[in-house]
Amino acid sequence: MVVPMTNSAIAASGLRKAYKDKVVLDGIDLDVAAGTIFSLLGPNGAGKTTTVNVLTTLMKADGGTVRVAGHDVATETKAVRAAIGVTGQFAAVDELLTGQENLQLMADLKRLGSGESKRVVADLLERFDLTESAQKMAATYSGGMRRKLDLAMTLVGKPRIIFLDEPTTGLDPRSRRTMWDIIRQLVAEGATIFLTTQYLEEADRLADRIAVLDQGKLVAQGTPAELKRLIPGGHVRLRFAGDLELDSAMRVLTDAARDGEEDLTLRVPSDGGARSVRALLAQLDAHSIEVEEFSVHTPDLDDVFLALTGRTNTKVNA
Amino acid sequence: MTMLGRNFKHTLRNPVAVFNAVLFPIVLMLMFVFVFGGAFDIDGKYIDYATPGMIVLTICYGLSATALAVNSDMTKGIINRFKVMDISRSAVLSAHVAATMLRSLIAIAALIGVAFALGFRPAASPLEWLATIGFIVLVSFATTWITVALGLAAKTPETAGLVSVPLVMLPFLSSAIVPAETMGPGVRQFAEYQPFTPIIETVRGLLTGDPSGNSAIVAVIWCAGIALVGYVWSLSTFKKRA
Repeated sequence: MVVPMTNSAIAASGLRKAYKDKVVLDGIDLDVAAGTIFSLLGPNGAGKTTTVNVLTTLMKADGGTVRVAGHDVATETKAVRAAIGVTGQFAAVDELLTGQENLQLMADLKRLGSGESKRVVADLLERFDLTESAQKMAATYSGGMRRKLDLAMTLVGKPRIIFLDEPTTGLDPRSRRTMWDIIRQLVAEGATIFLTTQYLEEADRLADRIAVLDQGKLVAQGTPAELKRLIPGGHVRLRFAGDLELDSAMRVLTDAARDGEEDLTLRVPSDGGARSVRALLAQLDAHSIEVEEFSVHTPDLDDVFLALTGRTNTKVNA
Repeated sequence: MTMLGRNFKHTLRNPVAVFNAVLFPIVLMLMFVFVFGGAFDIDGKYIDYATPGMIVLTICYGLSATALAVNSDMTKGIINRFKVMDISRSAVLSAHVAATMLRSLIAIAALIGVAFALGFRPAASPLEWLATIGFIVLVSFATTWITVALGLAAKTPETAGLVSVPLVMLPFLSSAIVPAETMGPGVRQFAEYQPFTPIIETVRGLLTGDPSGNSAIVAVIWCAGIALVGYVWSLSTFKKRA
């Protein structure tokens, strides 16, 4: 009987991994459709990197099965390795080689012909805006450049499935945006992306599907829109000078809630958009209520964790 | 081969490693021959006595750079890149070994050149020269593998730098510079039984045209043992450190 080929680039079921008696992955099920971006979201220590290590053949799972590009990671390691590209959390570039030499090394290891490898290296340098620094040693590169070179090295040989472990952690906002553009481009060219991140915003902007990992378990999985429905919406926080202002504001803003008994602060549900914020401020103005401090709060990873696990992110970090 | 090219570029871009591997043994030899040499009571010319020891010292000096290089590969994440690629796992390590051995041989050639200029006149026949070179390659092979293992096992670059120190020090506590018989008790016994004494005696025997079969056999056994332990240890550590 012929087993029908599924459209899954990555399929894992019942994945388990423990270091000694500490359980890191406790039965993970994943399914990533080919040609999509899948984001594994979670705080430090949730097991994101361990998951990537198992999926990329760097580590053997204690239990469960994983198929990547249709091959079993445990028994068809070679075939899996030929199909994937991995960019780890720490830029894996050779600091004593130049940017060009780093890429050339990858081309040689992928056994590309000399003509093709020259073209591939030049293309990647160009695409990642590294042509100018191509002859400089990678040790002299900035963090953002290193990440770019690292990703460029991963792309030599055109892997079909690309794993990115926290590709933007530690990058400045501009480099982060560049990285996002590159990732979108890769998918447009037909690659499948498995991305881990600590940032809800990043998963939200890039991913077709998001899975939330917490203490080795998937606590939620779905499209960004589905996940956001699980999270309480954004709100505006207002702080007042005294009880008088606070009381009158509470009479005006009927959906407001006090943010703790001691604080002179109100939380008002809001989408954070200019229109609704303007309306809110106009309302306060109309009643001549002075606001001392004003801040817009959009849902973040903390909210996701609070909503899904009933505790905050920081507790996991500690 | 690709990996070997990588390691060579590393060596060329690391002037400290080149200095350690090539120049330092020469400087050391000049020091021993001109400064201390007169104080030792050796039959024949001191340069003839010291050169074989210096050859072995040269091998050991190059090793600290190897331990560091192997360790930085492991700690800087690049190893994971190689591991998830469809390439032989031992290629990374073999390249380190091959690059180190080549570097050592170049350094030894330079050292022997200087030794000749200083009046080193070995009595070895062409066949004995060949045997010497073969033996030096073996010693280099063995010590490099054990160094690779130590570099892999070290948690940080600092420890990696430290672990090669015993390998660099051992030749000093052998008959490299002075005959073991002239050393104090304790040190002398240690010198007589540690691997570098038969190794150095073998090189010396070959070069002076007076090979002693006994120390050669002991030396080859030591080298084979060290190489085997180094190789097995390297591979198992390499596998463990994902």
